[in-house]
Amino acid sequence: MTSSDAIVIGGGHNGLVCAALLARSGRKVTLLEAASETGGAARSEEFAPGFRVSSVAHVLNRLHPEVVAALDLEKHGLQALTGGGVPSTALSEKGEPLTMRGAYGEVLVGASVAEQAACQELRAQLFRYAGILKPMLSRRPPDLNGMALGETLALGQVALALKRLGKEDMRDFLRVILMNVADLLDEQLEDDRLKGLLAFDATLGSHLGPRSPTSLLGLYYRLAGETGGMSGAQMVPKGGMGSVVAAIQSAARAAGVAIRTDAVVEKIMVEKGRAVGVVLAGGEALRAATIVSGVNPATTFLDLVGPRDLDTGFVRKVSHIRMKGDAAKLHLALDRPPEFPGVDAAGHRGRLVIAPSTNHVERAFNPSKYGEFSPEPVMEITLPSLADPSLAPDGGCVLSAVVQYAPYALKEGWTKGKPKFQKAILAQLEKFAPGIGKSVRHAELLTPADIESRYRMPGGHWHHGELQADQMLMSRPVFGADGYDTPVAGLYLCGAGSHPGGGVSGAPGMNAARRIIAMKG
Amino acid sequence: MAKAAKKTDAALAARLKRQDHFRTLRLGTPFQPRIDALMQVSDWYDWAGYRAPHSLYDEELEYFAIRSQAALFDISPMVKYRIEGKDSEAFLNRVTLRDVRKLKPGRVHYTAWCDDEGHVLDDGTLFRLSAQTFRLCSQERHLPWLLDSAIGYEVAIAEETEEIAGLALQGPTSFAILREAGFAGVEKLKVFDIAEFRHEGGEVTISRTGFTGDLGYELFVPAKLALSLWDRVWKAGEVRGIRAIGYAALNRARLEAGLIVANADFSTAEHALRADRVRMPDEIGLGFMVDLEKGHFNGHNAIAKARAKGTMRHVLVGLEIEGNIPAEQAIVYHRKTREVGLVSAAIWSPTAKRNIALASLSRPYGDTVTDNLWVEIYAMRELKYERMMKRAKIVPRPFIKLARRTANPPGDF
Repeated sequence: MTSSDAIVIGGGHNGLVCAALLARSGRKVTLLEAASETGGAARSEEFAPGFRVSSVAHVLNRLHPEVVAALDLEKHGLQALTGGGVPSTALSEKGEPLTMRGAYGEVLVGASVAEQAACQELRAQLFRYAGILKPMLSRRPPDLNGMALGETLALGQVALALKRLGKEDMRDFLRVILMNVADLLDEQLEDDRLKGLLAFDATLGSHLGPRSPTSLLGLYYRLAGETGGMSGAQMVPKGGMGSVVAAIQSAARAAGVAIRTDAVVEKIMVEKGRAVGVVLAGGEALRAATIVSGVNPATTFLDLVGPRDLDTGFVRKVSHIRMKGDAAKLHLALDRPPEFPGVDAAGHRGRLVIAPSTNHVERAFNPSKYGEFSPEPVMEITLPSLADPSLAPDGGCVLSAVVQYAPYALKEGWTKGKPKFQKAILAQLEKFAPGIGKSVRHAELLTPADIESRYRMPGGHWHHGELQADQMLMSRPVFGADGYDTPVAGLYLCGAGSHPGGGVSGAPGMNAARRIIAMKG
Repeated sequence: MAKAAKKTDAALAARLKRQDHFRTLRLGTPFQPRIDALMQVSDWYDWAGYRAPHSLYDEELEYFAIRSQAALFDISPMVKYRIEGKDSEAFLNRVTLRDVRKLKPGRVHYTAWCDDEGHVLDDGTLFRLSAQTFRLCSQERHLPWLLDSAIGYEVAIAEETEEIAGLALQGPTSFAILREAGFAGVEKLKVFDIAEFRHEGGEVTISRTGFTGDLGYELFVPAKLALSLWDRVWKAGEVRGIRAIGYAALNRARLEAGLIVANADFSTAEHALRADRVRMPDEIGLGFMVDLEKGHFNGHNAIAKARAKGTMRHVLVGLEIEGNIPAEQAIVYHRKTREVGLVSAAIWSPTAKRNIALASLSRPYGDTVTDNLWVEIYAMRELKYERMMKRAKIVPRPFIKLARRTANPPGDF
C-alpha cells in the first residue's frame, strides 16, 4: 500500500485542478478515476468511426484565469484565445440570422441600428452587474458561522464594488438580481432573435424557462466567466474539451500527482468521525490524511461515506439536492459540413443557437415541467471539425449540440422517448439547415439518463445540482458542506456540486485546494 | 347521468366519512369506558390529542394511591414506535444518545435523541423486545425524523400509538396485584426488565418501569384486549387499594423522582421557536446518556465541540427551597439580585417532606457557582400577591429514593 497525504476521488477537471494545486503545495497526492481516462464530462471521445467530439461540455467560456495562471496551463498546452473568440449566431428559420461577435456581442451583426445600441447598453449593464458577483467565484462562500478577517474583507469588497456602482445602478442591480430574464430583456430589447439567444443562454443547463423567477442569475453566471482575459469570450477548443483536460492533467502530472484510472472508489473509510481512506472496487484500501471528493456530493455522502457516519438532518438536506438534468447532448457524424443559410464561415465555426424567441424557449420549457421533452427543442450547436479537421474523416463533419429540454425523469421513460426526441431534434435541425438529415451517417443522443450512467452524474446534471438561487453560495451543495470542508473531518469536496458550480472553470477545484491548504488538511 | 351523479355522491360521502376525525377534538383511548365511569370531577386535559384525566376524584388522594397503594394510569396516548429489522440496533444507535448495543433483549433504557446541532428532540424509553425488535416511547411525534434517519438502514418503522394500549400500575402493592391477577413469573422482573404474558388469547408486554420512582410496572397490550386487561388488573387490585389516577398526581410523583418532562422542563428542538430555547443533553441533566465513544450518532460532533469549547450555557438542577410554598415558575436569583434561571416544576413533597423544584439555570450558576441562590415566589392571597424571597439549595436528584422500587424480589404488600 503506497501512502499519500491526499487522495482525490474523481478525475474530472475539478479533481485534476485540486490535485495539481495540492501537489504543488508539497503534498503527495493520488488521484483516482473510475473510468479508463480522466476528464469526466469534459473528455473528447470517438462516437463513430473516425469522428471525435467533446463529450458533454463543448464550449470553453469560463476556465478561471487564476486556474490557468496557477497551473501554467498555457505552458502545458492550453490553446490560447485568438481574436475575440468565436461568435454566437442566433439562427432564424425564415429571416436572416443575427450574430454576436467578439466577447459576447462586442459587435452585433444583423440587427437594426437602434437594437445594436440597445444591445450595447444592456451588455454593458450585464457585465457591470455580473462583475460585482464575479470575485465570489474564486472564494469560499460567506461562512455564517464566523469568518476569518480575510474572508470578511473580501465580502466587504463586494459591498464596496456595489457601492461604487452609484446610487442609481446599485438600486437597479438589487432590483433585477432575482428577476426573470424574459422581463428584463423585454424592458430593453426589441429583436426576438436577440432576446431568444439571451433567454437561451440564461437558462442553459438549468430547469428554468426564461419566465421562471431568478432565471437572470444564469446569465450572470455565464457572463462572470472569461476566456483569455476577456469577459464573456468563448472558444471551441481544438481537439475538443479533452485537450483542455489534457493540459490540466499534464500540469497535475508535472506537479507529481499519481493518477490511477480504472480505480472505482466504493467507500470512504471513516474512523472516529474522520475520513481516513478509501476502499476500491476489488477491496484495495488506500489511506490518506486528506480525502477530497470531486464526484457528485450526493454520491459522496450517501453512497461513499454512507448515512451512518452523518447526522440525519444533513442526510435529509443532501438527499433533497435538486439535480435532475434537463439537457441532452447530440452528436452527429455528417458526410459533409451542414449549411446554415445566411451564416458566414466564421459563424459556422462558432456557436449556432436555435432559440428563435423568448416565447419559443419558454414553450420548449413548458412540457419539461410535466415530464415531457420539448417537441420543438432549443439548442446550442458547434461544428468543431471545421476548425479542427482531425476530429472527422476527410470531408466529413462533426456536429455537437446541447439540446433542451429533456427532463431526466421523462414520464414515458427514455427507452421509449429517446428515438422520438431524436426525431424531434433532427426535424428542428432540418428547418434551420435544410438537407442536413440526408447527410447524417451516425447519430448519438445522450439523454440525462445516458449522461448519468456514462459520466457518473446523478440526474445527468452537468452542474451536479441545479444552479439556482437556493443552491448557490453557502447553500451549495448544502449548508454544512458549503465551504469545501464537510461534517466529516478530513473529507473535502472539490467538484461542480460545490460553489460556484459547473462548467469547465476549475474554480471549485481551486477553491477547495486553497481551503485544504488553509486548514492544513 | 343520474347514475353518475349517484356514484359521485357515494364517493363524496365515503370521503367525508374518512375525514370525520376532526369532529372528535379529543380522542378517547381504548380504556376510555372505564375511565369515564370512574371520573367524578370532569377534570380532563389534552394529552397528545387524547382526552386524558387530570384528576378523577381527588388529586391528593390519587397521589397517595401511588405512594401507599397502587395507582392505575392510562398511558395509551404516549407516542409509540415499533422499530424492527436487521439494522434496527445500528439505526437506534445512530439516532439516540446511549449505546443500544449494551441494551439486551428484554430490557428497557431511558434515552434521548438530538438533531444535528446536538439539541434534544425528545427523551423517552427504548424497549428492546427482541434482538431486532424495539419499541420507542416518547412525548412528541417523530415519524418523519425516524424515517429520514432510516435512509441507508434495513429497518421498518411504524407508529403504533393507536394499536397499542398502555397502562401504568405504580405503587407498593403493584407487584402483588399483578401476581394476584395471574401473571405468573412477574416476580422475576427486575427494574427495566420486560417479559411477555398471556392474556385472553393474546400477549401483554409487562415491564418493570414507570414514571413515579416507586415500585411499578407498565403493561402494553393490543387495543382490542385493553378493557379485559383493565378488568383483570382492577379485580385483582380491589383488596389492595387500586385507584385510577390522573396526571396531576403522577406529576407530583415524577417530580419527587426527579424526572423531567419534555416541553415542561425543557423545550424540544422542534418546538422551540426562539433560538436560545433549545437545549443540549448536558444542559438538561442528560449528559450522562451521551456516549461519544460508541460511534457516530446524531449530534455527536456538535456535542463534542460544545464540550470541548465549554459552550454549554444552561444547567438543570434540583432545588430544595425553604418554607412550604411551591415555587412554581419562580425566577431564580443569585444574591437576591441577579436573575439566573427559572423554576419549571415545584411542589411541596409529601414523601420527602421538603419543598422541592426543578430549575434551569444559566451557567456558571448551578454549575460552578452554587451558593447564595434564591427564588422569588409570588403567592396569590385573596387577590394580592404575597412576594417572598426564599433561599434555595441545589440538591441531588431524585429527591426521594424508595428501596422498594428496586427491591428483588419485589415487595409483597
